[in-house]
Amino acid sequence: MKDTKRTKERDMISKRVKEIPPSGIRRFFDILASLEGVISLGVGEPDFVTPWHIREAGIYSLEKGYTSYTSNYGLLELREEIARYLKSRYGLDYDPQRELLITVGVSEGLDLAMRAILDPGDEIIVHEPGYVSYMPCTVLAGGVFVPVPTTIENEFKVKAEDIEKRITPKTKALLLGYPNNPTGAVMDREGLRRVAEVAQRHDLLVISDEIYERLVYGVKHTCFASLPGMKERTILLSGFSKAFAMTGWRIGYAAAREEIIEAMMKIHQYTMMCAPTMGQMAAIEALREGEAQIAEMVAEYDQRRRVMVEGFNRIGLTCFEPRGAFYTFPSIKRTGLSSEEFAERLLLEDRVAVVPGATFGECGEGYVRCCYATSLAEIEEALERMSRFVKRHRAR
Amino acid sequence: MNEIFRIMEEDARKTPQQIATMTGIPLSKVKEAIKQAERNRTILKYKAMVNWDKLGEGQVWALIEVRLVPQRDVGFDAIAERIYRFPEARSVYLMSGTYDLAVLIAGKTMQEIASFVAQKLAPLEGVQGTVTHFLLKRYKEDGEVLEGEERPKRVPIMP
Ligand SMILES: Cc1ncc(COP(=O)(O)O)c(C=O)c1O
Repeated sequence: MKDTKRTKERDMISKRVKEIPPSGIRRFFDILASLEGVISLGVGEPDFVTPWHIREAGIYSLEKGYTSYTSNYGLLELREEIARYLKSRYGLDYDPQRELLITVGVSEGLDLAMRAILDPGDEIIVHEPGYVSYMPCTVLAGGVFVPVPTTIENEFKVKAEDIEKRITPKTKALLLGYPNNPTGAVMDREGLRRVAEVAQRHDLLVISDEIYERLVYGVKHTCFASLPGMKERTILLSGFSKAFAMTGWRIGYAAAREEIIEAMMKIHQYTMMCAPTMGQMAAIEALREGEAQIAEMVAEYDQRRRVMVEGFNRIGLTCFEPRGAFYTFPSIKRTGLSSEEFAERLLLEDRVAVVPGATFGECGEGYVRCCYATSLAEIEEALERMSRFVKRHRAR
Repeated sequence: MNEIFRIMEEDARKTPQQIATMTGIPLSKVKEAIKQAERNRTILKYKAMVNWDKLGEGQVWALIEVRLVPQRDVGFDAIAERIYRFPEARSVYLMSGTYDLAVLIAGKTMQEIASFVAQKLAPLEGVQGTVTHFLLKRYKEDGEVLEGEERPKRVPIMP
């Protein structure tokens, strides 16, 4: 049946959604689908399967019939486990009853945090390059996204003074995403302390996306909320996707003062109800018994990280040493190609998939993101292919 | 330093240069550590793990429980040595529990193993009795699953 009322003239899509530019990487999916033998350094998740004892806990929860909703906040048992974890690891005191919320990944946590704190026109200052969700989440929440570039000279750490320069009367919050996707950068304690001072001076909230908190190599991760006076100002977002190789389970959490968690929960209860019950049960097991597996996975990532960084520097793609997450961010400037051209040609000519740096913000131009959460054999083969590619494309 | 051997245990074909890159330990140190480990038998040997079933040359394996009479002064060691010197005995372990030695035997046929047990192992002085368990199917060996470990694919490009 034809719906005659629906004409082409009337635009049904909201302005807000249209304001978000289409994802730059979608077209790579089509190219990928037409090619065989591609090695992908473009992934964004662990190549480990969730450790068996955690999967087994999920299966057991199904066998026992845990198939109903949980509390909107999430299972209290899981919140208690997270509170214990944050206490023992960072000395933080969060009340599991009032200051913790289980979310559908950090993805949902970001959305809730933005919607809970931003009024139309409120500005949030975010460093770039950074995770692709930060800008759309801001826009969807009606906020204004104010980027701060970071540079390789400062190893992609954000400088407090660069943040401060962008503060206006409308600035409501800062967002920090360290260890960083896509650069692998880690902020040191001193750098964070200076950011904390800025937040204090201008009375700002800080959303801290610490999903890669456990994936650091030879350095210590500082939890932003653990800095003096910062717990009250911070919305700490973290989760199980990366540390425990649980991306598909969709479990994350938010920790903040009661009033903020309450506001986030208000949205969550109407839009999501609760995070998946099976995933929450598995997450309890992960926190109780998963430390040994984290250590094993981190040790392996660390080996691959060294191989990749050394490899890029050897083939002429200068690469600073990333200390966190599972990404390297080599410079491709010597090829004279834009990051998008580089990624497309590399995929078509030598069948290696990488993500253009510009995907993560303007200042990511000139770089590509390469993930080392893939087997050493594949990393070595990819390096060989990229070496051939770089030789052919050396700018005059 | 143990990291070097953990890497080699997983893949003995990794070169010292690769191991140096993976660990950040200088190449000369890696080479030296390997040489020393070979000398003092920390590394016993390098070999491939072959799935003989795929070559149509599967062997018959059996686990033999052996009960022993301990001997004065030498305990179980002397009799264990008499047993492990047979090339048919591929692994020999002293166990706690209801028997003393676990002996893994490989042979071409069940008969071959049965006759080894009856003629060589059981009559040994000090051997009180044996129970033979034939291996029916290998699912996982030394950490490797033998069949059906196909992994689901990840999304190849994800921001
Ligand atoms: C920086 C960053 N934040 C958040 C996420 C989303 O993670 P989750 O699986 O918890 O939704 C990702 C996933 O790639 C990420 O890289």
